[in-house]
Amino acid sequence: MARPSYDVIVVGAGLHGLSCALNLAREGLKVVALDKDHPGRHASGVNAGGVRRLGRHEAELPLTMAALEIWHRIEQEVGDSCGFVACDQIKVAESGSEADTLQARLLRLRELGYDHEQWIDADELRRRVPAIAPHCVGAVLCAGDGSANPFRTVMAYRRAALSAGVEIRENCPALALSPAGSGWRVDTPQGPLDGGAVMNCAGTWGNTIARALGEPVPVTPAALMLMITERLAPFLKPVLGAAGRTLSFKQFDNGTLLIGGGHRGTAEPECNRSRVKMVGLSISAQTVGALFPQLADVRVVRSWAGLEGMMPDDIPVIGPSSRADGIYHAFGFCGHGFQLAPITGRIMADLLVRGHSGLPIEAFRIDRFAAADMAAMDTPEQRISA
Amino acid sequence: MVDPVPLLIMGSGPAGLAAAQEAVRAGVGALLLDEQPTGGGQIYRALGEATGERQKTLGTDYAAGAPLLTVLSAQCLDHQPGATVWEVSPDGTVYYTRQGQARAVSAEQVILCSGAMERPMPFPGWTLPGVMTCGAAQILLKGAGVFPASGAVLAGSGPLLLLLAKQLIGARARLAAVVDTTPADNYRGALKYLPGALRTPGYLLKGLSMIRTLSASGVPWYRGASGLEAIGDDAVAGLRFKVRGRQHEVACSNLFLHQGVVPNVQLSRSLGLEHHWDGLQRCWRPILDGWGASALERIAVAGDAGGIMGARAAEAHGRLAALGALNRIGVLSETERDRRAAGARAVYRREILPRPFLDRLYRPHPDYLQPADDTIVCRCEEVTAGQIRKYVELGCLGPNQTKAFGRSGMGPCQGRVCGLTVSEIIAQARGVPLEQVGYYRIRPPIKPVTLGELATLEQPEDA
Repeated sequence: MARPSYDVIVVGAGLHGLSCALNLAREGLKVVALDKDHPGRHASGVNAGGVRRLGRHEAELPLTMAALEIWHRIEQEVGDSCGFVACDQIKVAESGSEADTLQARLLRLRELGYDHEQWIDADELRRRVPAIAPHCVGAVLCAGDGSANPFRTVMAYRRAALSAGVEIRENCPALALSPAGSGWRVDTPQGPLDGGAVMNCAGTWGNTIARALGEPVPVTPAALMLMITERLAPFLKPVLGAAGRTLSFKQFDNGTLLIGGGHRGTAEPECNRSRVKMVGLSISAQTVGALFPQLADVRVVRSWAGLEGMMPDDIPVIGPSSRADGIYHAFGFCGHGFQLAPITGRIMADLLVRGHSGLPIEAFRIDRFAAADMAAMDTPEQRISA
Repeated sequence: MVDPVPLLIMGSGPAGLAAAQEAVRAGVGALLLDEQPTGGGQIYRALGEATGERQKTLGTDYAAGAPLLTVLSAQCLDHQPGATVWEVSPDGTVYYTRQGQARAVSAEQVILCSGAMERPMPFPGWTLPGVMTCGAAQILLKGAGVFPASGAVLAGSGPLLLLLAKQLIGARARLAAVVDTTPADNYRGALKYLPGALRTPGYLLKGLSMIRTLSASGVPWYRGASGLEAIGDDAVAGLRFKVRGRQHEVACSNLFLHQGVVPNVQLSRSLGLEHHWDGLQRCWRPILDGWGASALERIAVAGDAGGIMGARAAEAHGRLAALGALNRIGVLSETERDRRAAGARAVYRREILPRPFLDRLYRPHPDYLQPADDTIVCRCEEVTAGQIRKYVELGCLGPNQTKAFGRSGMGPCQGRVCGLTVSEIIAQARGVPLEQVGYYRIRPPIKPVTLGELATLEQPEDA
């Protein structure tokens, strides 16, 4: 049987993998994207859908700015609105010291030349969020951010990738990676696949490839939890966070409230599943209760957790392998990769086709961790060999 | 956080009450949680409070629950009625709300006795106000003695349809009609199971008694009905249907539907237990051993929640599950467990003998397994059967993906009402067996809990 031959094999057909595959195919390359489940099964499909520049790590600022430009023309990019709605993102300060911390960050952003985050005082906050508890002293506002529908976005990228010529193989885990000719061979249950290059977009499971190449990173799986309430009359336009608590809070067009905020459930990546932990959801409920006491009687109808790869420095791995030619990584997005996905694919295609990206990605290199970090990392079951 | 309990029983129907009896007998302080205000489950609902006249209306099977209910006054049983369980985790922690307060309690062994629920019966107009299930009508009858004096139509198939007809006739309600949808060829199909059923003839005799009551009552009784359509603008005003090609229309102010019962698997599903498809009962049931124990060492399932078996078998099954759990926590030796189980096991084996006959006889009419395109399937999000079929054309492989395509199963009921229908529709549209299509992943909370309740959750130490 003749083996198919590809220019690029993308491992992981979540949002980042699909974005890579789409951009590579638009460069005229022959691309296959593998997924051990189906696109959107884990973090890509079940995240909070925040299209957020607010509060980004300094290293991510150029990327998040470039990504937002694509979000504002996402229909041109992938042929679907992805449910993107532009709106303000707001991070609330509940005390003077929280306000000080937020304002210190604003100063730092000004130094770096960014002005997308603005301070708003208590009156302005109440004008924009009339329902907010009276003790809030002010907030940082980022206008022009927004939110989108995660699964719809995944499906849109999937369709766009398919129509650009990408082959998507579901239920097709990468089992082993080995050099083959001038490229790489990926063994799968559907047989071996040969490609000139491999893109590792395996999310929580990204380390299996990195480790096989001898460049493991301290990525740990986390089950980030979200919950949804029954429908309510519209009362909240912006997406809301809080300086002193972990919170992501918004109201969808259909009236339901989405409550997230990084509290973690039980991650079982080796079993391909996660479970919510009520203790964390209880803290989220307390947070909402503190900021919106009038919501105490609102019913929670559903909660879930998505598996995501977390890094000790809270930024992802993006860039070429430090060990092997023709291998590139984009994983470990730490629970805030959704907004970056449109630009990640662009960067990865540029790296492969042009040898460099126009955006600064030095901070995301895979070999940035000292040996000490590596000793401390957990070692989930190794599922891939090289 | 309440101290860990050795045994937690969820549900106080026949299985839960019998399990509690075995715990009491073994001197184990069990915690019995039940969502209802009084013990007894659906079958013995409010029996403790029922007047003699209401008991007479509801019949001897109802009154037969009295000895089971006596366990509720046992000293060492902690019975907490009005407790809504909304999450059970695999480690045996049970989360529930009672009197506005959310609590968590850890248990060495948990027995889920969440019973059965009525199979959805989707057809045009089934979501109109005034249309409810026969089970709901029975709740009103048992709990409050309330029933429509006239103008009610009962439609569907199954023992409960006939039982409710008999009870309402006994209560001197003037029924407008009974419209039986049991397909004629079900009788032929069930015939081969008849010898087995005759070994425990009580059920068939009861059935004949219901049929006699209905025949003698003069209530119009249509058999072999199909093509049902509930009509009305703001509320149900009538039912249209066909019998042997002839169109009928009966005016009604209440329409009570029934299409058999299926295990309530929301909790066993949310626990991630494996379920298999029961082709005869056309429902999912969790995979359990002979003691009702699941693959999770702290979790057992007893009674109808593990597969439709009926009240008497459920009672025996509850005993078996409790004895198994008492053995696992080291209270009963295997020998003692087996000794105490002998009677219950014999009852269980005898009482399930008629099931294949009943299951085949009352297999739902295809109309309700494969509703017409314009029929609403997911009531919470108003998704039609046709939309589900459309999703399949677009590449949707199973119930979980339908959520992304069009929010089916994402309302407050968490797919409890539409789950089976959605799986059936997708399986047929894809031309694959149901097992391959699967079921919704059920996300906690399985019953809604308010933000205020959740915020005040008393946490287990190690959560």
